[in-house]
Amino acid sequence: MLELNNIHTSYGPVEALKGVSLKINQGEIVCLIGSNGAGKSTTLMTISGILKPRKGSISFMGDDIVKTPPHRIVEMGVSHVPEGRRIFPRLTVKENLEMGAYTRSSKLKVKSLKFKDQLDKVFELFPVLKEREKQMGGTLSGGEQQILAISRALMSEPKLLLLDEPSLGLAPIIVSKIFKAIKGINQDGVTILLVEQNAHAALNLSNRGYVLENGMIALHGMGEELLNNERVKKAYLGE
Amino acid sequence: MTGHRTQNTDKKSPGSGFRALSSISRPVIIALWLALLFLPFKGIKAASILFAVLSTFIFLLRFLLDYIKPLKEKLHDARAHLTKRLRITSFQTEGASLIIRYLLLLFIISVPFFARDYFIDIAILAGIYIILAQGLNVVVGFAGLLNLGFVAFYAIGAYAYALLNTKLGLGFWTSLPLSVGLVTLSGFILAVPALRLRGDYLAIVTLGFGEIVRLVLNNWDSVTKGPNGIGGIEPPYLFGISLNGLSHYYYFILVFVALSVFIVRRVYVSRIGRAWVAIREDEIASSSIGINTTAYKLYAFAFGAFWAGVAGVLFAAKMRFVSPESFTFMESVLILCMVILGGLGSIPGVILGAIILVMLPEMLREIQLYRMLALGSGLVLLMIFRPQGLFRSSPLTRAVLRGGKGVSFRS
Repeated sequence: MLELNNIHTSYGPVEALKGVSLKINQGEIVCLIGSNGAGKSTTLMTISGILKPRKGSISFMGDDIVKTPPHRIVEMGVSHVPEGRRIFPRLTVKENLEMGAYTRSSKLKVKSLKFKDQLDKVFELFPVLKEREKQMGGTLSGGEQQILAISRALMSEPKLLLLDEPSLGLAPIIVSKIFKAIKGINQDGVTILLVEQNAHAALNLSNRGYVLENGMIALHGMGEELLNNERVKKAYLGE
Repeated sequence: MTGHRTQNTDKKSPGSGFRALSSISRPVIIALWLALLFLPFKGIKAASILFAVLSTFIFLLRFLLDYIKPLKEKLHDARAHLTKRLRITSFQTEGASLIIRYLLLLFIISVPFFARDYFIDIAILAGIYIILAQGLNVVVGFAGLLNLGFVAFYAIGAYAYALLNTKLGLGFWTSLPLSVGLVTLSGFILAVPALRLRGDYLAIVTLGFGEIVRLVLNNWDSVTKGPNGIGGIEPPYLFGISLNGLSHYYYFILVFVALSVFIVRRVYVSRIGRAWVAIREDEIASSSIGINTTAYKLYAFAFGAFWAGVAGVLFAAKMRFVSPESFTFMESVLILCMVILGGLGSIPGVILGAIILVMLPEMLREIQLYRMLALGSGLVLLMIFRPQGLFRSSPLTRAVLRGGKGVSFRS
């Protein structure tokens, strides 16, 4: 579904990604783990087109998307939940979700559900949002904001969901709730690329995982395989 | 619901730091500060009188506000109760506000029949500033891009009409689209390099642009006649009648104002307006939900410039004379003040802000020397007591869609 081939991305003279290649198949949950500054978020931003790679190719459903502008990539079916949630704090929950459906009115977008049905679907998945429908986004708790950010991304009916550290700054019990929800979204037919610091939880959830170190893929394998890998254990799981 | 909102704004308002101070010491500090500002102009005696008056006044005001708040809530409850008992439908209350609106409209239309020429003249000026402020409101209020050189577009519009009319002999109706087109184009041209920048940097670049335009107009003697300005501009003709008289021009401007309000509002509630709001609230988030941020910021700049161009042409046609003096940096600041005073992003607010800031200097003509002082301290007071402006704009379209009902003084 998505294939990155030898991607190099830099911020000015600093090269953050030094040849990242990875592959995601339809229906999978793939996680990308690594320490701070390894290039996890950069990888996501490169996929969603916010950053342009200096070298390499990205193909999504067979189309090369390196030169595609970010809004077009969303229309193609890749939704990005940015790091730190970035909901619209002064808009209500419902308006946030409406904003998420922004691309739906464009002609290019193929949609299977009506806006109203998509909204109901999201409310069904996260009933807490229905309760808070008229509340300002900024007044929600951190966990609810994360849920809102994910839901907003779902409103565009993505085929591939890019999640950037959904567990950031949340209590363990909320994290497990969110991870359960991610699993549910995946079972609904959305492919997921998950970027996480919380390696244990992420690897447990995912089919496959990649370990990113200093802008390069250091390891990759099945979720369980990586969980039992000595190197991963030492570096990320603290065992 | 209302409770939630008030809480929310309380938390956000920049004045919240002040709130920690006791309610007695705060008015004293504000008064003291204003009195100190006054000191160099009027000496110690006047300053101390001002201090005494202001501190009691602000204290009383606060007291009154505290007293009014529960009263207002009670009144609101009572009204709701009454409505329920008398079974007044929402249709009827809407009818009442409709009547008020019609009365207002009647007043606006009948102004030339009873007002003095002086007043009509000011009203025309107010109309031009309303159009200008609408334009700036698109850029600053909707899209959240600070533009300190907005007057440049106004100047280009005015000079374009002046030159087309005096040099090429083109009439108003031919020049209008040409001039406005030119201004819109210049909006695009400024936007292309400026949009790589954000916040303060953008403000500085636009400020520079404004100064460049004014200096070019001032120094390009062979075309613009420099500081002497261009005179002898024709007023517009409509069906062969020259719109020379003040009352004619009043209605002429009124049509343009109505048009600008209508179009800006329609664009605001459209997909484009929604994209602007998203960009203002969070640029990264809006690009992640599939909004083409560069394009929409470009549109905001060009659309704002478009209205500045319309205002510029109308200004030149009204004054029949343009000179660089009318397009100084202070003018940009004044327009920005209108937008901020009325409430960033609120269409009725911006209209009110423009009217107030045009009328105020006329009313304060007696104490001309202190006009800027009064304006400055007024804005400071506004920022302390009502940082969101006279009208609070709801971030999204909900208020506009319901005929502006949500936008009110109620908080």
